[in-house]
Amino acid sequence: MNAHAFAPETHYIQSEPYYEPLGEEIGIFEAAYRNTLPILLKGPTGCGKTRFMEYMAWRLKRPLITVSCHDDLTASDLVGRYLVKGGETVWVDGPLTRAVRVGGICYLDEIVEARKDAMVVIHPLADDRRALPMEKLGQLLEASDEFCLAISYNPGYQSVLKDLKQSTRQRFVALAFDYPAPELEARIVASESGVDGALAETLVKFAHMTRNLKGSGLDEGASTRLLVHAAKLIASGVSPVTACQSAVAQAVTDDPDMLAAIQELSTSLF
Amino acid sequence: MTAPRTRAEIEALLDVWLETEFTFHRVNDIADSLAGLDRAAQDFILDWVRRIATTHITLAHRFAEQSPDLLRRMDRRAIEAWAVHLCDVYDQAGMYAALDIVAKAGDFTQHRHEHAAGALFEDSAPILGNFVHGLSGRPLKVEQGETAYTDGERIVLPGIVAALASRTDNFKLTKAMVALLWAQTRFGSLRPDIGSVCANYADPIRALAQFHGLETLRLTARLARELPGLHRDMVRLGREIGDRLAEGWADLAAQLDADSEVVDSLALLDTAYALSDFIPFCYQGALNPEAVAAARAGRLEKEKTRLRVKLAKMAEEQNRRAPVQEAGPKKEPRLAAQADEGQGRLDFDLTLDDLPVAPPDEVKQLLTSIFLDFGEIPPEYLVPAGDGEYDPMPYQDQPLDPDAVWQGPYHEQGALFYPEWDMGRQHYRKNWCVMREKEVVPVYDGFPRLTLEKYSGLVKQLRRRFEAMRDENRLLKRQAQGDEVDIDALVEALADARDGSEMSDRLFMQMHRAERNIAVAFMVDMSGSTKGWINEAEREALLLLCEALERLGDRYAIYGFSGITRKRCELFRIKTFDENYSEAVKARIAGIAPQEYTRMGFAIRHLSKLLTDIEAGTKVLITLSDGRPDDYFDGYRGPYGIEDTRMALLEAQRAGIHPFCITIDQEARDYLPHMYGAARYVILNDVAQLPAKVADIYRRLTH
Repeated sequence: MNAHAFAPETHYIQSEPYYEPLGEEIGIFEAAYRNTLPILLKGPTGCGKTRFMEYMAWRLKRPLITVSCHDDLTASDLVGRYLVKGGETVWVDGPLTRAVRVGGICYLDEIVEARKDAMVVIHPLADDRRALPMEKLGQLLEASDEFCLAISYNPGYQSVLKDLKQSTRQRFVALAFDYPAPELEARIVASESGVDGALAETLVKFAHMTRNLKGSGLDEGASTRLLVHAAKLIASGVSPVTACQSAVAQAVTDDPDMLAAIQELSTSLF
Repeated sequence: MTAPRTRAEIEALLDVWLETEFTFHRVNDIADSLAGLDRAAQDFILDWVRRIATTHITLAHRFAEQSPDLLRRMDRRAIEAWAVHLCDVYDQAGMYAALDIVAKAGDFTQHRHEHAAGALFEDSAPILGNFVHGLSGRPLKVEQGETAYTDGERIVLPGIVAALASRTDNFKLTKAMVALLWAQTRFGSLRPDIGSVCANYADPIRALAQFHGLETLRLTARLARELPGLHRDMVRLGREIGDRLAEGWADLAAQLDADSEVVDSLALLDTAYALSDFIPFCYQGALNPEAVAAARAGRLEKEKTRLRVKLAKMAEEQNRRAPVQEAGPKKEPRLAAQADEGQGRLDFDLTLDDLPVAPPDEVKQLLTSIFLDFGEIPPEYLVPAGDGEYDPMPYQDQPLDPDAVWQGPYHEQGALFYPEWDMGRQHYRKNWCVMREKEVVPVYDGFPRLTLEKYSGLVKQLRRRFEAMRDENRLLKRQAQGDEVDIDALVEALADARDGSEMSDRLFMQMHRAERNIAVAFMVDMSGSTKGWINEAEREALLLLCEALERLGDRYAIYGFSGITRKRCELFRIKTFDENYSEAVKARIAGIAPQEYTRMGFAIRHLSKLLTDIEAGTKVLITLSDGRPDDYFDGYRGPYGIEDTRMALLEAQRAGIHPFCITIDQEARDYLPHMYGAARYVILNDVAQLPAKVADIYRRLTH
């Protein structure tokens, strides 16, 4: 079977993504969208931010363009640049420009990782101007009401270098995400992976144990995503302890003592 | 295989190491028994005799006497751990305590199995420490002691657990002990005042043992529900060791299930007291009511005050956010906390005036700890502290005044401890150096101004050179990828293409944003030998260096080190990493004065720790020194000091720090390559060069 290729701005999400609301985030997002306000998603990794964006894109029936930011991502990577084709220079839109042109949802994942100029280029889009200046083209691209800008940010990184500046964060409606409450998290794990409820509950308990270790050796505990991974392995016949070790412990740390400790936690539970 | 050593050979070796000529230790019998062993065993024992002898000869002699017996009972790993433990006890508690350990050699392993492969504390502790943090509740520290018990804040484990034959099983047993001790704090065994309850019985000690038995049964049932996997192991280990219930106890066990609380155990104590003695389970450890009471007494008031102060702050913040709606008399904020247990979690729902608030982590931790003490959050704990009670100072763990520590017991209060490498023992001496950070007394005598005038030409030159090193944004041309098209490159490439030659694909320009991301710690020798010219040169060098570094923007710290004996290792703060280069810093540089001796290991270890906490791409530790490591009286000289310093530098390198040494000791070529490595030092021929050279060396080093 061949993989499908899409132009990102034409990629509509067809079927409803599985999403369990944690609170009122769907209502808030919709209200913000109607009022053309940009949105900031805060929360630890793997707690459902990206899934939420997919769900909202499906609900609002807009194409979703996701950019995973990295430390080399510059403003040109977002806006666009001239390339050379057959001896001519040709302008090529970046993902942000594409999203503005078609009125899609542009989701900048882990925005703090990007370079400062990339962060600043979204400022005019994120306030009531709602316009994207394209300096190299000498144009100003005005966004339609359908366009929506969303960024995500993980406040758990305790780094002074990777903090969101006030001038950036104060333009956004912020939605705080956290790991779901235990019962809900167990339901999510069970329905995403197909394991039974009791096993999902034990996995959630295990996740809480690793989250207790945050700050005393782990940067972050096991996310819901990792639990789903572990549960899927278990559903395919891998033993629970092995699944926890491969899908969770090895994913959160390299430290041998910590790996051994997490192993001891999982063997205590299963 | 090499032939065993003969009796005479062994005796000769022991004569030398144990200095029998002076000490009159008898070695004939030892040599006799060692001669009967194979070569590997002989070498193993003799090596340890030699190593212990560098610590204390009598200790080595007693070890040698015990060794054949030890070899029969323990595996070599265990003997090694025991020998290290022996030296540690000698270091910390002296000769009598160490000899006591030798006398009780049998207890160390509970010798149930010959050559038992025990689980050593030093191997299990890092794993089980994290394990117990992962379980909910108060974060318990894992420490080494003689028996396994908990005081509610620490879990103490013996040096080795060797009740079973295999190492895996012994580790599992240790883990079961830890889990049960954790369960004691988590599920309320330590809440009642056991001491006074037991005092009501004719034989309080027996009552305590029976209560301990009841609690072990109750908690085992609780663990079966909370940690079923572990419970399976506990049952298996118990069966292997032969744990069984004494007559009549099966009934009690049936009454204590996963939902029982400590009151249920207390209610059964009368019945249990009448029964025969509870036979201790292999994983139950000891119950130590005095230790529990002592830890609790120190904790209760402190946590109450801390919580109330924190709550007051939270309430205040909440008020600020929600503007006051109705005017009227100021109301006391109403707080309520409800524990939310289940799924192995312990969480709290905190409400302020009936509105839920998310407690910060520190509040959550306090609530957890208080809940463990009382089983609820007592209402008086939920009253935010009033205005007059705002001073939480007496209830916080404060760093003590470094100069006041001489009043404390054993001269160690408020200090940091660092290990030291003992080359003779081939092992660390734990918590050996008692280190304190002190501040250099600033001197405002115009020294900085005079120095900068004296070297004004050089300062200008240095500033210029360092400014040139600042890595600024550069436009890189002819890149394969980039933000903009490089027109020059494009024109050239098109011309090439017309020409028929190959067209380059490097047609873009890219902004290169390199940031110098260097943190450097300077460790300055403040020993007595620097008095005079050297001290002056050091101070001048530091000033010039600061002037240059300010241009560069690297983060830097300056510390002076000195000390006399391991009990007084001192590190003098001159400039910390987050401090600005201010008049105060200049005055402290001016105030650098020669102190005592040159003990280096602790200073390297402490500065490495400071550097590790800093976020930087490159970390450098530069030592300015005038001679080899040397300290007064306690053996820190010659090879011992050099080996410890070398070890500290190796540790630093392992932590990703680049050490470098600048010295004026002309003999340094003898030991510096061994300590720092061939290319990691510079020897200056003349003290007068120091000020001019240091900044320059730094420049070359980090370019």
